Amino acid sequence: MKKNEWISSVYAPAAATFPQRRYNFSTLSNIEPEPLYTADDLKDWEPDTDLGYPGEFPYTRGVQASMYRGRLWTMRMFAGFGSAEQTNERFHALLKAGQTGLSTAFDLPTLMGYDADHPFSAGEVGKCGVAVSSLADMELLFAGIDPERVTTSMTINSPANAIWAMYIANAQKQGKDLNKLGGTLQNDILKEFIAQKEFIYPPAPSVQLVIDTFEWGPKNVPKWNFISVSGYHIREAGATAVQELAFTLADGFHYVEKALERGLDIDEFAPRISFFWDVHNDFFEEIAKFRAARRIWARQMRDRYGAKNPKSLMLRTHAQTAGVSLPAQQPLNNIARVAIQGLAAVLGGTQSLHTDAYDEALALPTEAAATIALRTQQIIAYETGVAGVVDPLAGSYYVESLTNQIEAAALGYIEQIRAMGGVEAGIESGFFQAEMAEAAFRYQREVERKERIIVGVNDYVQEAVQVPIQLIDPAVEQVQFGRLAQVRRERDPERHREALALLHTAAVTGQNTMPAFLACAHAYATLGETMDVLRKVFGEYVETAVM
Amino acid sequence: MHESNSSAAPERRIRVLIAKPGMDGHDRGAKVVARALRDAGMEVVYTGLRQTAEMIVNAAVQEDVDAIGVSVLSGAHMSYFRDIKRLLHERGADDILVFGGGIIPDQDLQTLADLGVGRVFTPGANTEDAADYLRTEVGRRWQQESSNS
Repeated sequence: MKKNEWISSVYAPAAATFPQRRYNFSTLSNIEPEPLYTADDLKDWEPDTDLGYPGEFPYTRGVQASMYRGRLWTMRMFAGFGSAEQTNERFHALLKAGQTGLSTAFDLPTLMGYDADHPFSAGEVGKCGVAVSSLADMELLFAGIDPERVTTSMTINSPANAIWAMYIANAQKQGKDLNKLGGTLQNDILKEFIAQKEFIYPPAPSVQLVIDTFEWGPKNVPKWNFISVSGYHIREAGATAVQELAFTLADGFHYVEKALERGLDIDEFAPRISFFWDVHNDFFEEIAKFRAARRIWARQMRDRYGAKNPKSLMLRTHAQTAGVSLPAQQPLNNIARVAIQGLAAVLGGTQSLHTDAYDEALALPTEAAATIALRTQQIIAYETGVAGVVDPLAGSYYVESLTNQIEAAALGYIEQIRAMGGVEAGIESGFFQAEMAEAAFRYQREVERKERIIVGVNDYVQEAVQVPIQLIDPAVEQVQFGRLAQVRRERDPERHREALALLHTAAVTGQNTMPAFLACAHAYATLGETMDVLRKVFGEYVETAVM
Repeated sequence: MHESNSSAAPERRIRVLIAKPGMDGHDRGAKVVARALRDAGMEVVYTGLRQTAEMIVNAAVQEDVDAIGVSVLSGAHMSYFRDIKRLLHERGADDILVFGGGIIPDQDLQTLADLGVGRVFTPGANTEDAADYLRTEVGRRWQQESSNS
């Protein structure tokens, strides 16, 4: 029996007797699923070329042959609040709880390239991350942590070069071997213009600063992922899974093109490009997104950009459960959401994972909430059996069909972006803003019309329960002010002046800025001072608000 | 201020300013609420990112709005609300309702209420509730205004 025969002769009469529930079955990207998937849905699908084997082109089934049988994903919990000392304590607690890598959250002044004692920083110091204004803070932040043994991810974008330089300077001061330093710099400025909005300079010079790391990284810190091309923030800002996939890959290709324009060798830089996906509630759609991402990246890197090194074709990724999916109502329910999302990331083949704490919608996580989130990963890893078989969902009629559909939809968007003149043109025209605002609004409407049920929000509602939250000590501002004053007082003024002059020259003449940033870090130039040098050269970007 | 109408005129539309103070670039919620309020028949001004309290209050007074919706997800909500309320008071514009949205813990809601801030809509809130709230609260203020004049 063929599928459509079954639909008409068996399913339809049954559905006439027992009607389908009146519910919106479409995915969060508005892909309308059929009631059933069979081999008939995969007529043009070629397992040999579309799937291949894990660790082999096109990497649909994963970038490593043995996946989690060889090594589990890195359990990397994002942490940072208050002063460097406080975050250092949390880092040590997380490592003690069995976490396998660090991930640093910086506060808004740091993300925006301002010192803690800048007037704009008032009220924000240490609030949604840790304040790092100079090498002195970096030294305290990583006190007692060996950079040759623990890999560190840093969620920093516009000031990425400066913060990375501080991390490297700290390792150098300890006599560490830069060839052994491992970690990831987020450093994806394009998604800032599209989604998170922590930009400083206009797009073109901002991208050139990113390409400086592409050029300098492989030669100096070869194991470091100098970029994590991020879909996460695009998704959180309202995009669908398909938009997240398409816009992020388009960003990745844009960086590749700019690096090639600079004359860099694709097979030298591309192996260190990494990605970062959001994992939302739609279980199969998320898994399909991961698989489609790897296939698109591998094919385009090989066929369009001429990469030959297999490592250039592998899309390695970090993932984080969707903060935006976690409401403030009945926050303990978020533990269940995070577990399911974490499972989807693992079945999607992620290399590292952050699971959100249940109090995401309330404040920064308490230590207890962060521990449950980490335990959730450990339960997935050790108790469910999913880590014992590589890509266990391959060949599922539905998962493969959905992977194909998401791939096609994303490729459509990528072509559209190329046709409009590329990502920077799309940023300037407000294309991304308009697409995402539309999707966010549509989703909100669906929830409010109860076309999508969010348990505890628009159905199964109950009285609010108070849960304890993490409070930030306002004294952190004073700590930072004191330390900054001390840094300014005690540093060598001559060395400091020379380092800033070096950075200015590099920016004006278009040389690679990384050596100058490193000199600034060693000279204890503050973050604000280095960013100001470039503000004078590049100017600042103001976006046009699109509603 | 507003042209006084002889009765509570149905054609008078609520004017709302949606604001993102400070460095926080998380504008999804602010934009969704802005669109929802516009769909609910209100006149909505969205001032975009990185506004200081002064810029927000200036825009509110200039645009002659009935309410300011302030969205903060960074944890720095207290100082922004405090500054906005203070500046409105200094401009003699206490009649403008200030309401909120974002990641704002329950513990802070009472403090905000004591400052005179209206309802705060946190993740999972319903935009229709926000529209209803504005109709009720702004309507109440209009009635006070007309009984005082």
